[in-house]
Amino acid sequence: MLYSPASMHIPDGYLSPLTSLVMLILVLPFWAAGARHLRQRSAARSVPLIALMAAFSFVIMMFNVPLPGGTSGHAVGGALAAILLGPEVASVAVSIALVIQAIFFGDGGILNIGANCFNMAVVLPYVAYGIYWLAAANTPITSRRRVVGAALGGWAGLTVAAFFAAVEFGIQPVLFHTAGGTPLYAPYPLSVAIPAMVIPHLLIASVVEGALTALVVLYLQHANRGILQAPLAAEAPAEAVSFRRLRLLWVGLIVLVIATPLGLLAPGTAWGEWGSQQLATMGLGFVPHGLVQLESLWGAPMAGYDLPALGNASLGYVLSAVAGIILVAVVAWLFSKLLSSGHQEQHG
Amino acid sequence: MVDSLPAHAPAPAPAHARHRRGTIERTLASVSDVMERSLYAEELAHRPGLLQGLDPRAKLVSLIALLVAVALSHSLLVIAMLYLFALGLAWRSSLPIETFTTRVWLFLPFFTGILVLPALFLTPGPVFISLTPGIAITRTGVQSAAFLLLRVSTSVSLATLLVLTSAWNDLLKALSFLRIPDTIILVLGMTYRYIHLLLITADDMFLSRKSRVVGHLSNAAERRMVGASAGVLLEKSLQLSGEVYLAMQSRGFRGYSHRATAIPMQRRDWLGLTVALGATAVAIWLGR
Repeated sequence: MLYSPASMHIPDGYLSPLTSLVMLILVLPFWAAGARHLRQRSAARSVPLIALMAAFSFVIMMFNVPLPGGTSGHAVGGALAAILLGPEVASVAVSIALVIQAIFFGDGGILNIGANCFNMAVVLPYVAYGIYWLAAANTPITSRRRVVGAALGGWAGLTVAAFFAAVEFGIQPVLFHTAGGTPLYAPYPLSVAIPAMVIPHLLIASVVEGALTALVVLYLQHANRGILQAPLAAEAPAEAVSFRRLRLLWVGLIVLVIATPLGLLAPGTAWGEWGSQQLATMGLGFVPHGLVQLESLWGAPMAGYDLPALGNASLGYVLSAVAGIILVAVVAWLFSKLLSSGHQEQHG
Repeated sequence: MVDSLPAHAPAPAPAHARHRRGTIERTLASVSDVMERSLYAEELAHRPGLLQGLDPRAKLVSLIALLVAVALSHSLLVIAMLYLFALGLAWRSSLPIETFTTRVWLFLPFFTGILVLPALFLTPGPVFISLTPGIAITRTGVQSAAFLLLRVSTSVSLATLLVLTSAWNDLLKALSFLRIPDTIILVLGMTYRYIHLLLITADDMFLSRKSRVVGHLSNAAERRMVGASAGVLLEKSLQLSGEVYLAMQSRGFRGYSHRATAIPMQRRDWLGLTVALGATAVAIWLGR
């Protein structure tokens, strides 16, 4: 890789076209959120702003950041962009930088633009911003907590992004192989891909990302405080804050949904969740009569978080998670409607 | 960890055997490297050749179709044929074949090659070569590594063909053919231009700093300098975006852009597109 040796531009060939397509679909709502955010300002003003910020994101990837001990590396700059512009706009700016790298410089796959943007322009800025926000909200501009929050945000953001890249690699051999079992794309399962991607990142590349983010925030605290003020100040209205909090929650949920197939790695059954057949083999000597009777009362539509008709356990896990979230969201929404209508009637 | 060098990347500057290159030198090398590649690509794009003469819309759609064929193929032979097809196109487009091939095949083993090496042993399957008792290269491991290496090298070669045979502003026009909104294309064009301006600015900043440094900077001083340089570049970018906004507004820009009427594709462009789509269809059918 030419620009950022420590980063993770996925070239074409590592992911199946289906994965690339799904990743592109996943990134679309974040681009839409960024576009909506930009439209709130003057459209004419946002065109040069986003172009310059994308160009800045591109150029910052070329900066060599020295770490204590002699190691050095290149940062992605996604965490810095998120702190300065807010995660929505940062998402668009970093995506444009990545698209230009892929199409005009042949760096990073063209079919994998969606996956690269999801990892580096969505996961990285949103996670980094969430952590920075937790550390820095309601602190003065010159607070040390902002520098620490920026460092932690950059570090965690890139580590989580590496984790996502690893999950994208790790599901390939499970989902896409020849009839003889030969993996067609990235060959390593999740159990190898995750440690192989995450451990080097959290030791070096993520440290570089955190260091650059913190260094620039530290510089701006001394040289140009106005720039640091903007994104957090934009959140001042209480409603906006709660909306943003809720949105972060949704992002967190999406992250968890995508990670659910990891459960397939765990051997055995969760403690205390044994079925009657497993209980019989555990040395208990008998199976409680009541348990056998009650067990047959309810047959779950997605037993074991799987849909056998799909023929794919990982997809079954993800769909089960999505179905569960929709179900809980609908129940919660109905419940809140019920409560609020009762509340209105009392007042009315 | 998974990156591969584009085929047209110039050779990295030789490192001094005794003198460790510092942050300033490394950043300067990265910056000039990008500018050099960009200029080199523009120069090749203006040479006479098969792909240079084709409409960028036809090239872009053909490239994406061929990339999909490479990605979908379950057959090593089909991917190898597509690689040869890309090689043939490079030859007919007067691209330096040696650079085109050696770059891919020299750099690929350093990235993808190292990555797939353990897969030779870890992928479960029938034994291909037994090294010592308990350690063996499996047949599925070899096939899997071959798939990855061939797929990545063919995809990189195809993308390189597009980059080296199309001027960047032609590529931008081609993107509008894919129904990408005009505002996004406008932003992409502006970004591309300002990347070069910011690269020159960064180059000037680091060069001027280098000219004032005697001896070696400490690690901590280098870190502070990188933070300050990135901060200054950010300030300059923001200031520039304000100036560009005022300049655009003074010329009547109101937040949307109009595209010039597209020039119709010529018969040879349609022919090229048909050949590429035909090759894609055959490759997908053979490699299913």
